Amino acid sequence: MLQIGTQAPEFNLFASPNQKVSLSDLRGRKVIIAFYPADWSPICGDQLSLYNEMLSYFRKENAELIGISVDSKWCHFAFSQDRKLHFPLLSDFEPKGSLAKAYEVYDADEGECKRVLYILDESGIVRWSYLSPIGINPGADGILTALEEMRNNKTN
Amino acid sequence: MSKLTPALNKSDHVQGNKEAYIVLVEYGDYQCPHCGQAYSLLKKIQNQLGNNLLFAFRNFPLAQIHPNAIMAAIAAEAADVQGKFWEMHDVIFENQKKLDTSSLLTYADDVGLNRNKMEADLNEPELLARVSRDFENGIRSGVNGTPSFFINGLKYNDPWGHDELLSHLEKLINQPR
Repeated sequence: MLQIGTQAPEFNLFASPNQKVSLSDLRGRKVIIAFYPADWSPICGDQLSLYNEMLSYFRKENAELIGISVDSKWCHFAFSQDRKLHFPLLSDFEPKGSLAKAYEVYDADEGECKRVLYILDESGIVRWSYLSPIGINPGADGILTALEEMRNNKTN
Repeated sequence: MSKLTPALNKSDHVQGNKEAYIVLVEYGDYQCPHCGQAYSLLKKIQNQLGNNLLFAFRNFPLAQIHPNAIMAAIAAEAADVQGKFWEMHDVIFENQKKLDTSSLLTYADDVGLNRNKMEADLNEPELLARVSRDFENGIRSGVNGTPSFFINGLKYNDPWGHDELLSHLEKLINQPR
């Protein structure tokens, strides 16, 4: 896991079949990154559907959400349509898992990302992280609390 | 472990013995098939535990995957305004495959609710706000999907099949205290 206070590694990954997203595109906003093992798996589906309901709460805190797994862009596209997701899923597909490795969240035995949440501040610095046991959906209470603390620290 | 926030209070919809040692709170979504399964097995467990159980239901509609979930939740809250929350709650879960607005109004007729009042209340912002408050409190409490259960204020993360849940609750009832 990346240490709190470090600069998060840049990325430029497919978010849809013909569009890429870079971390630097998101400067000026907080970024919630949800690394997750796999599209279509039951726990990941529940976790992402939950976050999909929370986008308005995240936006109130000037935070964007992105999901990242090693699935391909077409797999993400189908999954995203099926679950009506309104946030981008990025494909850490080629070379497989290279971003997850840079963020120190790759599970080489499974060939998947671990279930990890990062929150970056407006300058791309890691401010909060959480490693969830692989079989447990971490919910969103930790994210909301962390975003509120970031807001309070700034105003104090 | 995640804690129910706020704790059970007088705005909650409860069923059972208010003095019961076991308080089971469900965060549920009327259009969620797993909540439909939970509905039937909870009825059984309520019968089996009788006076040992107080059950409460809070709303946690996942509107993007369940487009009728919010309206169904509002319909149950609107029934509460007429003093028939649980009747409506039950009829909705028993018909959860058909939850469009006109079906909801038919169910409201079936449980004997005033039709005009019901129709007006389906558009009542305060009832929508109530549903949203439940959702937000659920998030804060660590709800991560539906159904989520809290037993005596703590999130229950183990399997909630009938036998598992019942034996867990019976153990709590029988433990020395």
